[in-house]
Amino acid sequence: MAENTEARDAVGDYRYGFHDPENHTIRFDNGLSEKVVRDISALKNEPEWMTEIRVKAYNHFANRPMPTWGNMSMLEEIDFEAITYFLKSSDQTENSWDDVPDDIRNTFDRLGIPEAEQKWLSGVTAQYESEAVYHSIREDLEEQGVIFLDMDSGLKEYPELVKKWFCTVVPYADNKFSALNTAVWSGGSFIYVPKGVHVEMPVQAYFRINAKNMGQFERTLIIADEGSSIHYVEGCTAPTYSTDSLHSAVVELIALPGAYIRYSTVQNWSANVYNLVTKRAVAHENATVEWVDGNIGSKLTMKYPSVILKGEGAHAEVISVAYSGKGQHQDAGAKIHHLASNTTSKILSKSISKDGGRGSYRGMVQVARKAENCKVNVVCDALILDKDSRSDTYPTMEIANPTCRSEHEASVSKVSDDQVFYLMARGHSEEEALALIVNGFFEPFTRELPMEYAVELNKLMALEMEGSIG
Amino acid sequence: MADQMILRIKNLHVSIEDTEILRGLDLEIKAGETHALMGRNGSGKSTLANVLMGHPAYEITDGTIEFLGEDLTEMEPWERARAGLFLSFQYPQAVPGLQVGNFLRKSVQAIRGENAPGARDFRAELNAAMEELDVDKQFLGRYVNDGFSGGEKKRFEILQLLLSKPTLSVLDETDSGLDIDALQTVSKGINAAATDETGCLIITHYQRILDHVKPSHVHIMIDGKFVKTGGADLAIQVEEKGYEWLNPDTN
Repeated sequence: MAENTEARDAVGDYRYGFHDPENHTIRFDNGLSEKVVRDISALKNEPEWMTEIRVKAYNHFANRPMPTWGNMSMLEEIDFEAITYFLKSSDQTENSWDDVPDDIRNTFDRLGIPEAEQKWLSGVTAQYESEAVYHSIREDLEEQGVIFLDMDSGLKEYPELVKKWFCTVVPYADNKFSALNTAVWSGGSFIYVPKGVHVEMPVQAYFRINAKNMGQFERTLIIADEGSSIHYVEGCTAPTYSTDSLHSAVVELIALPGAYIRYSTVQNWSANVYNLVTKRAVAHENATVEWVDGNIGSKLTMKYPSVILKGEGAHAEVISVAYSGKGQHQDAGAKIHHLASNTTSKILSKSISKDGGRGSYRGMVQVARKAENCKVNVVCDALILDKDSRSDTYPTMEIANPTCRSEHEASVSKVSDDQVFYLMARGHSEEEALALIVNGFFEPFTRELPMEYAVELNKLMALEMEGSIG
Repeated sequence: MADQMILRIKNLHVSIEDTEILRGLDLEIKAGETHALMGRNGSGKSTLANVLMGHPAYEITDGTIEFLGEDLTEMEPWERARAGLFLSFQYPQAVPGLQVGNFLRKSVQAIRGENAPGARDFRAELNAAMEELDVDKQFLGRYVNDGFSGGEKKRFEILQLLLSKPTLSVLDETDSGLDIDALQTVSKGINAAATDETGCLIITHYQRILDHVKPSHVHIMIDGKFVKTGGADLAIQVEEKGYEWLNPDTN
């Protein structure tokens, strides 16, 4: 009880803050060492090359200093020794919802996963702690040769395919947290879409942290072969504990010539989770990659979905929103590297800060000297709801080719009393009025989401506006 | 029911940032009545409209306002709207990203509460109101007042009036900036919203809207006070002679 009250004080009212009794088959001691890394790999019966890459990554992580940008004081608070790096709560990955242990199933039921799946999702992977507990894919996709597995199963069943692409988009030495993830990764999704196959409905993964002091290090690899298309959706939540958790994922996307990948995320981690994620894609000739990225929860998020436009005519889009409430810092943005001619990119970033929260847009667009006739469009809008809150923009444009056409717009706005009054005069309470304004501000993002997520996001923001009126 | 008292204002004094704008106002509006309030810029007309709706910037320093027998000053703006008060804004606010159709549905649900129509009936009411006001269907997909022309904003206010079905509608310079066709359309909407159970307060500079919406009472305001009250002919006199002859300080 005392802990729950304390936790609530720390993070406020959090809708997904329930937690199940911890019930694990395997839990490693806290802390990280080469031995822990080797043990994780041995436990999973991994091929030697994977063990080696884990160990190399661990050594890089151990020697690499913390980033000297972003929110350094918050980063310094992370105690890597206090985190559990591997936890297994179910003996095997299940194929039917009924076979999943009751308490875990309850959790996912409360999150609404099975209904969602039945309604419109092609397949779902639910990750609870470190390993995927439930996984399914519609039969017709299997017939078309689409592979949708959790990453551990992917490595077991398709070792050559994984070996060919693993760490090619995000090398383990890319940054301290990609090194950490490569050393201790567990779970995540592995998807391969064969040539010319179009996955019509979105596929979904849901990640959840249940245990205290838990680290979650999923690793996702999506390969869309020539002329194929897929929309992948992930959502994340964590229960409310008074101690901090770490979520550090790596996502690698490969869009081969003419392929299309859209990757949509709405993370709603509770406000004591560090969310330090590396997401990067390579787009080959005439391929398109779109990141649709929503950051509502977490204590500190540092995440900059990236696209390397490697082939001529490739296109990238990053549409993101960030909401920073009390005690939160969303340091998010996008990175686009135009390496080939006739490549185009579009970045739309929207951030809201409230109750002393801090939102930062950090963006980088590079156009290589040899990349002719590229087009770049960057728009960042910030909405600040009160005088205690803060918004910063750190845009970087490095354009080395003079034929590039680039546009950049930035705006910072405040909610005016007259706007709120107008909506109140139409029968909406002050909180409802704020929610209408905030959801309107996010609308260019929300309309890109599958309906169910859009509705959920609108409800979440309405909840965030509750109890906020002094 | 005709003759029922809708609004009763007694000795109303209102200040904004320590400057007194309304200086002792009395007004009664009964069911079935349409009152016109005329006066020059800065006379306090819009202040009255905003105070009735509960704008937080204004302070009531003296007097009372009763709406359907309740003390209006104790109510929040949204409670006033739900109780049956509607304000057509002089400067409607834009809300980017909020779609008109969605907003209208939510507002009607908020204002009319239990009596709000279901999805199908709402759609029928909406279609009828849009036809009445000559509003295109595409309008529903636009964002609230975002990039609207002056005329579109005013038409949208009247569309909201029709769907809100208020007991008292206050129209703050709804006629300003309208061409003659738009004025006729908007007037048609105002008349369509009026019944013998509702009241209307039209705030205007000009007599011309009163050719289309017939007032039962006309009040002239100068410096935060009513200086004269009369029938429809008073508006015509003002149109001919201006306001100066009514100014107690100069006559």
